[in-house]
Amino acid sequence: MSNADLKVKVWRGAEQGEFVEYLVPRNPNQTVLDVVTYIQRKLDPTLSYRFACRVGMCGSCAMTVNGVARWTCRTHVSQIVKGDSLEIAPLNNLPVIKDLATDMREFFNKWKGAVGFFKGGQSRHDDFAKVEPQSEERQLANAGIECIGCGVCYASCEVVQARPNYLGPAALNRAWTLTNDIRDIQQLDRIRAVAGDAGCHACHTQGSCTERCPKGIEPTASIAGLKRLVARAAIRGSKWGKL
Amino acid sequence: MNTAVLQAKLWYAQRISAMILGICVAVHLIIIFYAIRGGLTAQEILGRTQGSVSFALFYEIFVLACFVHAPIGVANILQEIFPKGGLALPLSLVLAILILLLGSAAVFGLFTGGAL
Repeated sequence: MSNADLKVKVWRGAEQGEFVEYLVPRNPNQTVLDVVTYIQRKLDPTLSYRFACRVGMCGSCAMTVNGVARWTCRTHVSQIVKGDSLEIAPLNNLPVIKDLATDMREFFNKWKGAVGFFKGGQSRHDDFAKVEPQSEERQLANAGIECIGCGVCYASCEVVQARPNYLGPAALNRAWTLTNDIRDIQQLDRIRAVAGDAGCHACHTQGSCTERCPKGIEPTASIAGLKRLVARAAIRGSKWGKL
Repeated sequence: MNTAVLQAKLWYAQRISAMILGICVAVHLIIIFYAIRGGLTAQEILGRTQGSVSFALFYEIFVLACFVHAPIGVANILQEIFPKGGLALPLSLVLAILILLLGSAAVFGLFTGGAL
């Protein structure tokens, strides 16, 4: 590893702003989040960014690094550095509040818009619902359940860029895991919510979300599942009723 | 019919027509490779297609699949590029009519040999 300092260009400002270059010493096993933290602690305390767990659980620290959306806490500088330069910018497709912090409200509102939340029909007085671990539904839900809501897929999606009202990969992935939750009682509302112009059929199956997802989830596959489900519901009806 | 149901049905129609197109394009390519072995003349083509119901039927199915498939895709692209333009529906309808008319005219021409 070279001992030369890293030349790090960091976005400063909000929607309008500029890249400012900082020199950051290189360390072994240094993550991009370490770099940003160094800048804020040692070079410029006015730098704003967002992080919490630092171990890839919370989904707070996603940024655009060298043009690609990534979780910065689990991205080692050595994996992505080009020569001795890094370029760190806020996530795409989201309004910038300041520097590297984006306004995630729209992203999470779209989860709500896709009925991406659980509602059961039982109370605590009922017995436990039994979900067979090997059942098809449980397996399908499993494939998408580990989403941490970091917004990397949303920032990488060109359909979100082209259609600002498109629900996006994360919200649709969550909707898909819930359509496979046999305890949930909002299935018809959910299918209606993910149908239509802003919903699953707007996806081009380009696969950027799947390629970039740091958790290895395949939102493209989840969206394809929704497309089939919704189209079948529109033509033949679904087991929960007509669309 | 609400927009969501319409979108879902259009997607289904596009998917089914894509399956038909997949087969049609493959058969079409095989026919082309087979047909051009010894050069290609109008006479040769018409000799094969004139009066052949199976040729006409195959290519009319091909035309109908394009008629369904292409305008839906073009409408989606236009809607994405010009979200406020209102161009998607009229332009894709024009495209649909052109594909149907020109395609069917070509099939008819090959079947009859150009004579009405």
